Amino acid sequence: MRARWISVVLAAVTAVALTACGSDAADTATTAPTGGSSSAAGASGEITVFAAASLTGTFTQIGKDFEAANPGTTVTFSFAGSSALATQINQGAPADVFASAAPANMKTVTDAGNADGTPTVFVKNQLVIAVPKGNPKNISTLAGLAQPGVKVALCAPQVPCGAAAQKALQAANVTVTPVTQEQDVKAALSKVTLGEVDAALVYRTDAKAAASDVDGIEFPESSSAINEYPIVVVKNGPNKAGGQAFVNYVMSEPARKVLTDAGFQTP
Amino acid sequence: MRSRQAPLALLLPALLGLLFLVLPLVGLLYRAPWTTLPERLTEPGILNALRLSLLTATLATAGCLVLGVPLAWLLARVTFPGRRVVRALVTVPLVLPPVVGGVALLLVFGRRGLIGEWLDSAFGITLPFTTAGVVLAEAFVAMPFLIISVEGALRGADARYEEAAATLGAGRWTTFTRVTLPLVAPGVAAGAVLCWARALGEFGATITFAGNFPGRTQTMPLAVYLALETDLEAAIVLSLLLLFVSVVVLASLRDKWISSP
Amino acid sequence: MSGDLLDARLVVDRGTFRLDVHLRIAAGEVLALLGPNGAGKTTALRALAGLEPLTDGHVTLGERELDRPGRRVWTPPERRPIGVVFQDYLLFPHLSALDNVAFGPRRHGVDKRNARAQAAEWLTRVGLADLGKRKPRQLSGGQAQRVALARALVNHPELLLLDEPLAALDARTRLDTRVELQRHLAEHPGATLLVTHDPLDALVLADRLVVIEHGAVVQEGDAAAVTARPRTDYVARLVGLNLYRGHASGDGVRVGDGLTLVVTDRVAGDAFVAFRPSAVAVHNQRPEGSPRNVWAATVGGIQSHGDNLRVLLNGPIEAAADVTPAAAAELGLVPGQQVWASLKAAETHAYPA
Repeated sequence: MRARWISVVLAAVTAVALTACGSDAADTATTAPTGGSSSAAGASGEITVFAAASLTGTFTQIGKDFEAANPGTTVTFSFAGSSALATQINQGAPADVFASAAPANMKTVTDAGNADGTPTVFVKNQLVIAVPKGNPKNISTLAGLAQPGVKVALCAPQVPCGAAAQKALQAANVTVTPVTQEQDVKAALSKVTLGEVDAALVYRTDAKAAASDVDGIEFPESSSAINEYPIVVVKNGPNKAGGQAFVNYVMSEPARKVLTDAGFQTP
Repeated sequence: MRSRQAPLALLLPALLGLLFLVLPLVGLLYRAPWTTLPERLTEPGILNALRLSLLTATLATAGCLVLGVPLAWLLARVTFPGRRVVRALVTVPLVLPPVVGGVALLLVFGRRGLIGEWLDSAFGITLPFTTAGVVLAEAFVAMPFLIISVEGALRGADARYEEAAATLGAGRWTTFTRVTLPLVAPGVAAGAVLCWARALGEFGATITFAGNFPGRTQTMPLAVYLALETDLEAAIVLSLLLLFVSVVVLASLRDKWISSP
Repeated sequence: MSGDLLDARLVVDRGTFRLDVHLRIAAGEVLALLGPNGAGKTTALRALAGLEPLTDGHVTLGERELDRPGRRVWTPPERRPIGVVFQDYLLFPHLSALDNVAFGPRRHGVDKRNARAQAAEWLTRVGLADLGKRKPRQLSGGQAQRVALARALVNHPELLLLDEPLAALDARTRLDTRVELQRHLAEHPGATLLVTHDPLDALVLADRLVVIEHGAVVQEGDAAAVTARPRTDYVARLVGLNLYRGHASGDGVRVGDGLTLVVTDRVAGDAFVAFRPSAVAVHNQRPEGSPRNVWAATVGGIQSHGDNLRVLLNGPIEAAADVTPAAAAELGLVPGQQVWASLKAAETHAYPA
């Protein structure tokens, strides 16, 4: 009876080990041939892109376009807060490309020596005031945010959109006490769509993406707090050639169109 | 008297389990900025966040006790149709991702929520973005721990003591407070401890429902998360502070208060 | 009967088991409820306490009707003037002995100080004056039993219910405690129901016995009457007698498989015959002499019984015979051996069935 149990366990362990070995073999097979080619046409295999959360919609589309233009490639994305992504890359996460929502987070990666070359700024983003559809509290300027009875959500100063918001408010000489300082711009936007706050300072791209639920109100001081988005190939990524091909594609015309359609500005 | 040695087959996995739980803590200790620790600890806002965390976790636990113990009694002692379904529903906060829980709370207690709207118009009470909102969110995620613990204790308690109390003249409520509760007090205490610990560490539901504002709704877990955006070492310091305080509180609970006589 | 304090007809129908007994207890009287396991003794006690619902019947205590399902009258246990001593005592583990005893008075509105004073008085009465502060787990079996008794009596119950009160004690403690209990029961002015399977409890503590089997009363009366004239195997075994039921004619009673036992009592018709195992003599050869009852038997089994051996004899009747070890050795008794049994008519006791 004991012997039977042992053989069952052995069989199970062997099966697991074999499948693990099998997948390793498959991985090496796809990444092996990237040695020679460097042109976008020759890119192949799996490319891992770490991108800021505010690039979710646009980069997903760009990824699909890239795969269509380069058969044999698969682009996988990890969308999160830029600082979390920077930490992961510095701790050795297997990324090929890093697209950050702020220069500061990119700096932590370059300082740690994990960037291949100099980062390029590929888009810029500006803040707008997001209000519930129909603008019930009739807000038209930053000063409107400081009115009594208006609940405002800002990004926390530690995140890029929060830092930008502080700069813009300073430029307009307006003091706003928010009811909450959200940890990322999507969370701030969701407070508006849920109707919990009357206004939030978010990126133009976010307001545009949620156009069915919110109105985006432009304000002049946003130009004093423009956020630059740098992109770079990661130095020790598993598919550097593929990563470079992707970055080149992002700077190309079709990708730019996707980005500007979403509300980004190109430099 | 010779004490029996624990069998190796149990000891080994036990030690591995302990290692698994303790190693991340060791990692934090290893990377902590020991040299700059004193000045970091006195930064403004840290003590505020700690005070808020301890206050809200304790209030949430109190709320869970008031509502959870009777619910546990209902599940353990009263047979009613659909009891199994109710018991499954009680575990819903355990399964829901905390952020989803926070959104759900907004949909009910938010400004335009099912109940929140009425609370706002009738009494002027708003819960999101308030300290009370933090307590609500923490209580929501932590209550199942208390209920499951207390229900287990009640099931294990001998119902015959309640019969004895009845023959001595005690009505149902008096029997509950004077006989049943004291008998299951260790189980209730253990459940309360779990509940408190869970409430203390809660992040997703809190930040979604109560938002983040220093002094009012920024608990320690929120402060840690935001510190992580800019300063890994600050985040580590905050985490270690929270860990230290909770370990001190939990370790000071005497064994006999949370285990059966 | 008008002199009864408790008048209860307990009918509990559980599908596979049905209890139907009528119990009457006078004030100051102790009634023992005897019976084998599963007879329904504990069910009857619980029904009286209000812990078990009646299917039919009634419970009347004094002037009050506590329970009558037919008229939807039911009083919960906490409002019945009862005191219960449970088989496992069920002393509240989180309270001291003093507070356990004070629990009852407190629930009846007595303030803490007076309740504790009453409790202390009762603890002294049961001989545990210094142990008030101890927790139940620090008490011995005998001490716990006495605390349980004090706890039940402190409320001056009209009906005292005892469920196998000595069963959890070792033999030595049981002896002492039984004497103590007898004293307290004698002082108790209310009615007492004692459920037990130990005939010695019944004989020492009770005024009257009621024997129930399979949910029905099979015999009742005072101890002497019941033990002298058992009417079922159970009672007979209880009091240690050989018992047979048969048909009397002339001076004999035809019992078992065609054996006529000569008896000295005058009986006619359906009759019981009982005799002690010690009255049966065992022989290797057919005996001559005065014993009027002689029959051939086979040794079925031999057990030790105190200092003697109890020999189980198969034959026209199954009988138990007590034999000294020396005699057994002399006779060379082994199971399966053919022997002769003899019994004096004078040692038999016959009575109408």
